[in-house]
Amino acid sequence: MRIEPKRIWKMSGNPDRDQEPEFTGHEWDGIRECNNPLPRWWLWTLYATIAWGVGYMVAYPALPLIERATPGILGYSTRAELAEDLEVASAANAPLDDRLVATNLNEIASLTDLREYAIRGGAAVFRNYCSQCHGSGAGGAFGYPNLLDDDWIWGGDIEAIHFSVSHGIRDDGDADSRYSEMPAFTELIESDEIDNVTEFVLKLSNQDHDPKMAGLGATVFEEQCSICHGEEGRGDREQGSPNVADAIWIYGGDRETVRQTIANGRFTVMPSWRERLTESQIRQVSVYVHQLGGGE
Amino acid sequence: MSFLSKHKGLERHATLLLILSFLVVSVGGIVEIVPLFYLENTIEKVKGVRPYSPLELAGRDIYIREGCYVCHSQMIRPLRDEIERYGHYSLAAESMYDHPFQWGSKRTGPDLARVGGRYSDEWHVLHFENPQAVVPESIMPKYGFLAERIVEPDFIQSLLRTHRLVGVPYTDEMIENAASDFAVQADEDADHEELVARYPKAQARNFDGRAGISEMDAIIAYMQILGTLVDFSTFTPDENR
Repeated sequence: MRIEPKRIWKMSGNPDRDQEPEFTGHEWDGIRECNNPLPRWWLWTLYATIAWGVGYMVAYPALPLIERATPGILGYSTRAELAEDLEVASAANAPLDDRLVATNLNEIASLTDLREYAIRGGAAVFRNYCSQCHGSGAGGAFGYPNLLDDDWIWGGDIEAIHFSVSHGIRDDGDADSRYSEMPAFTELIESDEIDNVTEFVLKLSNQDHDPKMAGLGATVFEEQCSICHGEEGRGDREQGSPNVADAIWIYGGDRETVRQTIANGRFTVMPSWRERLTESQIRQVSVYVHQLGGGE
Repeated sequence: MSFLSKHKGLERHATLLLILSFLVVSVGGIVEIVPLFYLENTIEKVKGVRPYSPLELAGRDIYIREGCYVCHSQMIRPLRDEIERYGHYSLAAESMYDHPFQWGSKRTGPDLARVGGRYSDEWHVLHFENPQAVVPESIMPKYGFLAERIVEPDFIQSLLRTHRLVGVPYTDEMIENAASDFAVQADEDADHEELVARYPKAQARNFDGRAGISEMDAIIAYMQILGTLVDFSTFTPDENR
């Protein structure tokens, strides 16, 4: 069949438009079904897609055979492409990552390029792994400490932060995890003693309290609480016991919450990250948290 | 044109048209689906994946009942950004005991394929009760009622049996001990030796920190096992994929 170039783009392949199209013999209420040829442009597009499809089958993994599918002459593989992607990215960061891991934690802050890299990388790590508990702005949430202030439970220097991130807190999957436990005092002391010591904690933290009950509670505090929280309730970072004499609270400092904390205990867990994150990532996020405002 | 003009007979014979249309349409299905059942590399040969323990399986049923899959996928695709956010890409082997699989395709919330171990149990409780308490930006609804609904393992044996019927290799021993395994996994003080022998890597404790085995215990047990089973040291990427 000879095709005149001008006709390829015509809507109809009918060579003679004046001629009546072929009538199929179907007619309903005066509506006749004619047999017009397909538009040429459409037909050629169809042929082109078929040709493309054949080419694609040859070039890429396609036909399932007995053991596996044909690999295609380009040797393409999703997973190989991914491995290359990951390789390119990690190679690009490798010089900085290597230096970050080799540098003493305390010196990172004074090396501008490393510090910049760590803060940016750490911000991404933080958003992905930490924000669900500590908040996207690191402001903390109920039960999870604010990381913007300078009130640290386990220590706020870069090494302490690095340790907390690496090994987590009360994570029983990591033998080096930080550990301490606020017991449920309801099993250890009388209910009225809990009431009294609650008043004493309110007194320590400069809130409205019942002076008589607080006086009685002082003895209970000394016997039961001071060993971890200190005689003045200022906490002890060695044991991760928070300061209860200030206005910063993890679970809340109102009478009801304080009583609940004493009676039922608390056991907040932070996962150990050393298996999920690389050492470089842990260092990045440590530097990031350290420079948020409260780092020591 | 003689061949092409024969369609007239076909179009006028409804049953014949139906049968031939069906055959044409099934070619696509046969070509795309059937090979997956016999090709050796469809499911990677990795170590570690095991059927769900009774408590995890009950949690999985709650996951399905609540329609969690509508907003959460369980399928990490082999793309760099997904891997950096969620971890190693999902393997077919990881969902081979899922009936039906929970891959999903809609991510209103994050992917959960490797959520296991990422958050503490306490976080999960807090988050189920009031997601906005820990993640203010979240639009997830509250699921605090799960903690109040106690699950009795009345049907747990039937549940395991049903899964065995569709191909999950639960042994007679597993089915026989289903109810006790169910209880033991949520009890911190029980002896977990047998449970872990039957279901390696099973985590056993009081997941919601409250008395009784609630739906909250079950769903957190399920959350905490997700994505933690494969031993990636036994995995070699197949170059044919």
